Amino acid sequence: MATVPLPTRPRVPDTSKAAPPPSYAKGNARRRPGFRREQFSGWGMIAPAAVLLLAFVFIPAILGFGLAFTNARLISPRPIEFVGTDNFSRLFTDPTFYRALLNVAYFTVVIVPVQSGLALVMALLINKKFRGVNFFRTVYFLPVVTSMVVVSLLWLFMYRKDGLINEILSNVSFGLIHGPDWLGEPNTAMPAIIILSIWQAAGFHMIIWLAGLQGISGELYEASQLDGTSRWQQFRYVTWPGLFHTRSLVLVTITIQALGLFDQISVMTQGGPMDSTTTIVYEAVRSGYRQQETSYASAISLVFFVLVLIVSAVQRHLTREKD
Amino acid sequence: MNKMLTKVLATSIAAVTLTAALAGCGKGSASSPAEGSNEIALWTHNAGNPDELAAVQKIVDSYNASQDKVKIKVQAFPQDSYNDSVVSAAAAGKLPCIVDIDGPNVPNWAWAGYLKPLELDTDLSKQLPSTVAKWDGKAYAVGYYDVALAMMARASDLKAAGVRVATIEQPWTKEEFQDALTKLKALGKWDYPLDLGTAGTGEWLPYAYSPFLQSFGGDLVNRDGFQSAEGKLNGDKAVEWANWFHGLADQGFMAKKSGKDSTQDFLNNKSAIIYTGSWAADKAKAAIGEDLVVMPPVDLGTGPKIGGASWQWGVTSACGNSEAAMDYLSYSLKPENVAAVAKATGAIPATEEAAAQIPAFAQGGADRIFMDFSRKYAVMRPETPAYPFIATEFGKATQDILNGAEPKSTLDKAVKAIDANIKSNGGYKK
Repeated sequence: MATVPLPTRPRVPDTSKAAPPPSYAKGNARRRPGFRREQFSGWGMIAPAAVLLLAFVFIPAILGFGLAFTNARLISPRPIEFVGTDNFSRLFTDPTFYRALLNVAYFTVVIVPVQSGLALVMALLINKKFRGVNFFRTVYFLPVVTSMVVVSLLWLFMYRKDGLINEILSNVSFGLIHGPDWLGEPNTAMPAIIILSIWQAAGFHMIIWLAGLQGISGELYEASQLDGTSRWQQFRYVTWPGLFHTRSLVLVTITIQALGLFDQISVMTQGGPMDSTTTIVYEAVRSGYRQQETSYASAISLVFFVLVLIVSAVQRHLTREKD
Repeated sequence: MNKMLTKVLATSIAAVTLTAALAGCGKGSASSPAEGSNEIALWTHNAGNPDELAAVQKIVDSYNASQDKVKIKVQAFPQDSYNDSVVSAAAAGKLPCIVDIDGPNVPNWAWAGYLKPLELDTDLSKQLPSTVAKWDGKAYAVGYYDVALAMMARASDLKAAGVRVATIEQPWTKEEFQDALTKLKALGKWDYPLDLGTAGTGEWLPYAYSPFLQSFGGDLVNRDGFQSAEGKLNGDKAVEWANWFHGLADQGFMAKKSGKDSTQDFLNNKSAIIYTGSWAADKAKAAIGEDLVVMPPVDLGTGPKIGGASWQWGVTSACGNSEAAMDYLSYSLKPENVAAVAKATGAIPATEEAAAQIPAFAQGGADRIFMDFSRKYAVMRPETPAYPFIATEFGKATQDILNGAEPKSTLDKAVKAIDANIKSNGGYKK
């Protein structure tokens, strides 16, 4: 790897084998001509993204940090006052908050293995050369390009008591099964949302897995075939280790995405019935906008931020490259 | 290369200045974008309601033609994002001159300093009381119409079940209602004979269900000073209401979550009695005709109650030319204008003079009964800046109770949250 020059650096022309290295390389080994200019344009290229990130991510995040310790409201003629940790003590005594934590944990613990596993299976299925493979790739990927709000609206109808899913259940079972009002019962609402979420997002992670699969050298498979491995052994000892980096990426992205569950909830259940589907982000939006309590919403967001940070750090640690 | 570098730098600098400028805007003082010019901006929520929008546009056009000092410019938003748009505009100091507002939100916006007290040439005492939004003794907004909740059924169904038709003189009592539902259910024609619109969300929840609570004798908040909900929203009467409400679902009289469109379900004969607004009357009448009966809501103890106040108009404090804005509002409140909007929306016109111009609402007209409901039963949602918060808490408590949460503790929780909110806002005093 180290011998390959980075594509952005022009290769120094190879003048002659016997000749001494070019004079400029001696005293100023790191400063090739044009280095300054390159650095300049490098910064220039970072600038648009950096400015946008700064303006719309970092500054609001820092402001949010500050607001969490005040009594700021969305609509209010009163001046903002510093109230210390009032918002946090209120938050940590709010049963709805703990319910939201529990719901998000439930969602994440189910979503992460199931969705990544399903996506891997799908990727393995379409990582073959056969006629029409692109058709299946497209079909699996279609839900991803559909907006989550649209998907939620459609599934909202399918989940109704007299909706498509219950009709199918009833027909398949010759009228024996009468499905529940999926989103109306505290026991079935979260599982219903989990199924829909997996259906919508699995295609995205399938593509990531697929990229990982195609990065594994074919020679390794050939070698393993010569050794007479079974298909399972091939997967276990060639494919799985070869997906190491992809695995970490999929794990981290699904986890963060799952922790931020919001769209489906906002469209389909509004946190109900009886808080069985409320989430941290939903609670933040509800207090921040509908209840106009900007400071409380900031406190929720801050706690959420810390949680995501901890979870990501733990994952990073667990998936680090062990020497 | 140099040229490119310059370009890149220029773009970055432009981006930085733009960001700085955007940040600067937020701190700028409130000023109307129309200031200085003779154009006055008017924002309305009814982008998704072409009939109402056209009626408003027509008033604006005729006002613009009637004088040449100012020009009103209509900007319509979808209802779902309207409130957010106004709040963001207020935060950025970019409020238009004239806005329409959902009645119960008026005190909140007035308290926040978004609105100016009205100074109109029109005599507001002639308006239906629920079409004038007052706070702190001053009128801040006025509407062209109101809507009224009612119960609708087919006369033939009631007759088949042996249930009398409720009237203004003699509404159903709680016992009669229970009896009626039992009899209707026994007919076996419907899975759920009653449809209270339980699939509704947002403002529908307090709008539709707090009148039941008030009819029991409870309320959303103690209206004496609006400082606490203790004893009103979690008192014995409120618990009685909660038990009754949950009982309707528990006894199989209504679904915990009704269909998306209650009126359509009723017309398709999926329910016997619906609880809906006057806006559904025209459609129901066209489909069912003479068989349709419009009845007052149930008297649960202190007489039937319905929610008052719909969309209304106000002038913002950021308006540079509020005299002209007030002049426009006065103009728009002329009977023919009020009648035109009420006709387009199928709503109850705000004045008698306007009602006289609409056959359905004139004396003896088919929809006159809604106007009577509005006059007799309308209870304003609490006129306090705390209302938006109270509404969300009440809505959530109602849904939880419907789904089987323990009434007393659920209501206690809502009261605790409401009281804490009022306290943290210094009592919402001026």
